[in-house]
Amino acid sequence: MRADAVERVDSGGLVLLALATWLVPGSGHLWLGRRTKGLIFLVALTAMFAIGLALKGRLFPFESSEPLVFLAAIADLALGLPYFVAWALHLGQGEVAAVTYEYANAFLIVAGLLNMLIVLDVYDTAVGRK
Amino acid sequence: MTSHFLLMLLFSFFVALVFAVLMKDQPRDQIRFGAVVFGGFIVSALVLGWLMYPFPF
Repeated sequence: MRADAVERVDSGGLVLLALATWLVPGSGHLWLGRRTKGLIFLVALTAMFAIGLALKGRLFPFESSEPLVFLAAIADLALGLPYFVAWALHLGQGEVAAVTYEYANAFLIVAGLLNMLIVLDVYDTAVGRK
Repeated sequence: MTSHFLLMLLFSFFVALVFAVLMKDQPRDQIRFGAVVFGGFIVSALVLGWLMYPFPF
């Protein structure tokens, strides 16, 4: 499997693989034939994002005057396609007064950060480090 | 669902699941590692919660 991955993915393919993994969590592992891992990542991260939205979390704007808000926006964006779908549907407006607001943001932000780790993992897998 | 404890369990479950699958390749190792991460989240959150209990803010 490792040797196959190295043979199949050249440098251009690596960029495409990383982009695909960013856009659809777990897709890179599916691409490399690691179906169980890919499906677990896809389901877990999508569920975390959906729970975050259902609990009235906020998709933070890119506010350069507020460094923490800006970093949270990058973490939200790191989830890829689900972020764009939510943004297009005007979800994730956030309800600060909701008792679940802070937890919801933790779900949204951590889902994005975990997806960054998954992108790194799929890169390592593709170049044969794992 | 508004229970912070249940939300903590749910959050810990998902994070432990992703970390276990990322860090380990064998199912047996994944289950063991995931259980340790999940337990670590719960225990540390409860301990920190009680340590902060006397704080006035």
